Amino acid sequence: MKSRTVKVDYMARVEGEGAFAVKIAKGKVVDAKLKIFEPPRFFEALLRGRLYAEAPDITARICGICPVAYQMSSVQAMESAFGVKIDPQVRALRRLLYCGEWIESHALHIYLLHAPDFLGYDDAIRMAKDHPETVTRALQLKKIGNDVMILVGGREIHPINVKVGGFYKIPTKQELFGLVDRLKWARDASLETIRFTASLPLPEFEQDYEFVSLRHPEEYPILDGRLVSNKGLDIPVADYEHHFAEEHVAHSNALHSTIKGRGMYFVGPIARYNLNFARLPATIQAEARSAGLSKECRNPFKGIVVRAVETLYACEEALRLISAYEPPGQAAAAVEPRASIGSGCSEAPRGILYHRYKLDAKGIILDAKIVPPTSQNLKTIESDLRRFVEQDTSLPDDKIRSGCETIIRNYDPCISCATHFLKMDIRRE
Amino acid sequence: MARKPKLAVWKFASCDGCQLSLLDCEDELLAVAGAVDIANFAEASSAITKGPYDLSLVEGSITTPHDAERIHGIRRSSKVLISIGACATAGGIQALRNFKNVKEFTSIVYTSPGYIDTLAKSTAISDHVKVDFELRGCPISKLQLLEVLGAFLQGKKPNIPSYSVCVECKRRGVVCGLVAFGPPCLGPVTQAGCNALCPSYHRGCFGCYGPKETPNTSSLSPSWLRNGMTPEELVRLFRSFNADADAFRKESESHEK
Repeated sequence: MKSRTVKVDYMARVEGEGAFAVKIAKGKVVDAKLKIFEPPRFFEALLRGRLYAEAPDITARICGICPVAYQMSSVQAMESAFGVKIDPQVRALRRLLYCGEWIESHALHIYLLHAPDFLGYDDAIRMAKDHPETVTRALQLKKIGNDVMILVGGREIHPINVKVGGFYKIPTKQELFGLVDRLKWARDASLETIRFTASLPLPEFEQDYEFVSLRHPEEYPILDGRLVSNKGLDIPVADYEHHFAEEHVAHSNALHSTIKGRGMYFVGPIARYNLNFARLPATIQAEARSAGLSKECRNPFKGIVVRAVETLYACEEALRLISAYEPPGQAAAAVEPRASIGSGCSEAPRGILYHRYKLDAKGIILDAKIVPPTSQNLKTIESDLRRFVEQDTSLPDDKIRSGCETIIRNYDPCISCATHFLKMDIRRE
Repeated sequence: MARKPKLAVWKFASCDGCQLSLLDCEDELLAVAGAVDIANFAEASSAITKGPYDLSLVEGSITTPHDAERIHGIRRSSKVLISIGACATAGGIQALRNFKNVKEFTSIVYTSPGYIDTLAKSTAISDHVKVDFELRGCPISKLQLLEVLGAFLQGKKPNIPSYSVCVECKRRGVVCGLVAFGPPCLGPVTQAGCNALCPSYHRGCFGCYGPKETPNTSSLSPSWLRNGMTPEELVRLFRSFNADADAFRKESESHEK
């Protein structure tokens, strides 16, 4: 075959910037790399010497799309370090805040970043010319997620109301009830969203993965739980580093995570769904089934449908939390620092986000470790690129290119989280 | 009909939050898209049109040799260039490296630091090219962003106040936290823009919008020291998202011995 190179300078509709390169020789993929050149920002280093109380505000700045995830993982790590007990209603408010982030982030990804791939548009704004109702619904759904974050967190990007121990100010029952009518609308819009995503022409691409997510005894996992997988992992969050490793590779400013002894794994909505299907309400299970999902999904292209199912769950859960809400007696529990190590893990919209801090007796951070979901998916994304291209290497470059871009967007990669810059380069020899 | 102005949105080292603010204008986004030609906004669209651009919004700080080059190309292709957010206007939280040895930082985060190409300092866009307007905030306010876009379209100066957060507290009738609960609250020296958000949530301001015009930091700090705050606490307070903004940097350095 004649040798040729195809280049795209910028991967669009992902959060952050990056590149990928697929090298094809004699009908085989010899190399598939997702290149991350997002300038490093050194958060783990700049946290050293900062006070424990600053961690939620500083780590939120890692990502403008999922700041709540960073705030929740960091406060829970600090609370586990200092042995702080959280009022159940404070926990419920945190879960509500997180539902807002899931709704906002999932609506953004489903409609603004991913759907244009399947419908053949450059972006949602152009899509709005032919599908005005769909895009208007998307924006309103996204807005309701933001409004939940504004009420509970103070603002939608980098909320200011979260602190170790609880909140600065707690909302009244009446304020929360003000969200109910619109959340009910959002629940209906999520049902429409499930139908919309199920109608998209999604390729068949079933693979064998190790899925990893949190699992809580009763709830669909958002804030906490044990770390489990479909291949036998079942550990407390505090044991994370005994079972997972990070490696530094030359083509990426993001570290690559692996499960020790087994290698790549898969985090995010599909992993949560597969490992926690039984914890979804029966009505939502039925909606998932009617959208063509079984209780286990092995096709990453169907991530867009699973995100829609999770959006419905987040709306229903937000409504349930609001109807059961009783303002806690205190906005925040007292916190007494001590020399200790604490870890926390929560389910960011894109998957598990792990934080671990070592602290001195005054609560000064001596050492920090943060593992965002996107760096945990990088190896799996590269493997998908390889397998996808290998299905038919005779396809023209533009088909390979668009297929690869869609594969990457299946994971809703947040390259700002993992660090970033996407540039595309297909080499043929 | 007159040609629609071409808008480009660029990203440097940042969290993506400030450009997300544009997509967070859910009620206005389609109207904005009707008024301008979104010619280059990679986070939102695969359609990229070549420059020149009438307006470039630049998010993020300069932290790599490659980006220090790239910003000059963007300036050359932009009639008007507006930097948005604390990273672009002051170097952002990643400018904390400016007070430390960056080699030490790299080896803390990465096992093979040789792979990492980075500059010793994280700097604002205006340290590299001429900037026509700086919109502050970590993150920016989307209302202020719409004001800036509207002003640009009408060819007038954006109405962005440079007074302090205290003015917003007084206007909203928020109880003064400094008086009622004591320090810290950076409201007296921080530029308005958040509508006194933290004080209205029973929390002291922590400086998201950076120093106000002519901030009297050297009068504020000694009174806090007299009231029991330690120099270390003061350094941390001034050294966050706008750590390398001139007034905040000088104040934090004056307490570091």
